[in-house]
Amino acid sequence: MKSVIFRTVAPVLTSLMVLFSVFVLLRGHNEPGGGFIGGLIAVSALAIYGMAHGVETVRRAIFFHPMAIAGAGLFTATFAGLISIFAGVPFMTGLWIYPAILGVEIPLSTVFLFDAGVYLVVVGAISSIALSLEERGGE
Amino acid sequence: MAASISPSADLSAALVHALPTAAAWLVILPVAWCLAIGALLVMLRRPIGLHPTITIIGLAGLVLIDGLLLREVAENGPLTMVMGRWLPPFGIAFTADLAGALFAFTAALVALVAGVFSLADVNDSGRRYGFYPLLMLLMAGVSGAFLTGDVFNLYVWFEVLLISSFGLLVLGSEPEQIDGTVKYGFLNLVATTLFLIATGYLYAVLGTLNMADIAKKAEGLRNSAPLVTLAGLFMLAFAMKAAAFPVNFWLPASYHTPRVVVSALFGGLLTKVGVYALVRVMVMLFPVEREELSFVLAVAGALTMIVGVLGALAQTDFRRILGYLIVSGIGSMLAGIAVGGPGGIGGAIFYALHSMLVMTGLYFASGIAMRLGASSSIASLAGLYRRHAGFTALTLMLCFAVSGLPPFSGFWPKVMLVKAALDIGAWWLAAALLLAGFLTTIVTGRLFLLAFWREGTHAAGEAVSLSPATLGPLAVLTGLTLLIGLYPEPLLALIQNAAAGLAEPSAYVNSVFPGGGP
Repeated sequence: MKSVIFRTVAPVLTSLMVLFSVFVLLRGHNEPGGGFIGGLIAVSALAIYGMAHGVETVRRAIFFHPMAIAGAGLFTATFAGLISIFAGVPFMTGLWIYPAILGVEIPLSTVFLFDAGVYLVVVGAISSIALSLEERGGE
Repeated sequence: MAASISPSADLSAALVHALPTAAAWLVILPVAWCLAIGALLVMLRRPIGLHPTITIIGLAGLVLIDGLLLREVAENGPLTMVMGRWLPPFGIAFTADLAGALFAFTAALVALVAGVFSLADVNDSGRRYGFYPLLMLLMAGVSGAFLTGDVFNLYVWFEVLLISSFGLLVLGSEPEQIDGTVKYGFLNLVATTLFLIATGYLYAVLGTLNMADIAKKAEGLRNSAPLVTLAGLFMLAFAMKAAAFPVNFWLPASYHTPRVVVSALFGGLLTKVGVYALVRVMVMLFPVEREELSFVLAVAGALTMIVGVLGALAQTDFRRILGYLIVSGIGSMLAGIAVGGPGGIGGAIFYALHSMLVMTGLYFASGIAMRLGASSSIASLAGLYRRHAGFTALTLMLCFAVSGLPPFSGFWPKVMLVKAALDIGAWWLAAALLLAGFLTTIVTGRLFLLAFWREGTHAAGEAVSLSPATLGPLAVLTGLTLLIGLYPEPLLALIQNAAAGLAEPSAYVNSVFPGGGP
């Protein structure tokens, strides 16, 4: 798309949407949200950026190949389930730690790690599809 | 902070308190292992040369895990692990009993052999399109389907293996592959949807999807709940997955198009997942309803056998012939499920395990024959005997095995099934089994005569040598077939215990609900 307005707004919109997607991912533990929906928001952000500045720019910006991101997500999710092997509890049992970072207690859990994996799988897989569709559409 | 977000309810009543033993991890590890290796391979995009090595190590690990699982289950009975520590009907249970472990182990073995065969069969473009990651994810789906103890979870694993199989089918992107994939994909989606509808219905009726829980609850609901309808729906969905007549047409339409190793894996594994699900649901969950439906199942089985083998007789393409032979074999397994009892169920399980090994081997043989003869049609393949005598001998043995001739693995399940059918007086079913076996012998005889024995018309007579990666997998599968045929007792004992465990699932139920349950 050639519109100057769109090309100017797109980077701002993209960064806002990616930020919001992370917010939705973090919010997902106790409230509506989570890895899947967060991932979809992030993919929409990448797709908008791709429409404005071309697919190549997006591919360079995310650095890794989308499928590699999806693979990393799947690996993270599997690993999150397997952590419980060390605690001696069944597969995928939620385990929590509360490290204090800069004086603030941060609750971290394997549940969140799993959700982050889901986020990455969705980002990788759907953006792979979206980017190749945009590439074809531009021809 | 932590206190403010944790719910005030006491969760301890909903949690499993007995900690899992190390052995219980064997139930979940096959799936987690395959997923992790698959994910790793997806991440490693550049060093494509590493893919085969990692995959073969991964599959060897899977064989080891499944082997340990099988030993554990054979010694100590069914094993259960419930995800996330939640109590069974709510937490998703993975339960391995002898039947599941046997299927999972055989599947892993076939996959390892196929992994070795792929070294010579999958070229660089196939690797780049992700053959190896898809293979590992397919195995995650197959292992999950064999080991899960939850009906909805079974659906999920069906989806996982279906999606991976789509990827494997289109590998190469030739028009005929896309044609085959569309047929395969569409018909499998119909079957999956039917499965999902049946699952929803099951949940509405019984309020649970845990298999052990269903087996318990179905007992009390026999008079009021529409269980025969449910069993019928599941039967149709799984029969479609297994390619039983009259819903078998998708299989011969798609299995001859992909790469040989993909055909071999699908021919060996995928239909057997359908058969396994059918056994699990019809025999363990709805035994009384199986009796009601057994006539339908028996007729479908007999027709599947005969239609399959007649289809094979009419074909000239090597791999299409094999596709029809798979269908015919599915008919024998259905007949076993229909007959029931230790002989019938045991025969069906034995036949399924035998078919996994033999059909994979025959697909390998078709691939090698295509490479040697530069054609896939038995009308133009000729004189393969002169090109490689060892290969010819191995193929001949597999042909005998698939026809059910002694001393190969196909003989024993056939004997069990025929005897079980005669025992309940279903002489026509026994006759159909024998007729199908006889016709299969003709099919393989024709195949062997034309492709191997006939003198080549052109000068293709010189002998060639085959690499160990090509011939080794075939030799291993043939060797196993011969071994089982000559010395079936250990396997037979396992299978009989497996069939008994399915017919009388108290050990299975106890493993999921150790304290008697809710």
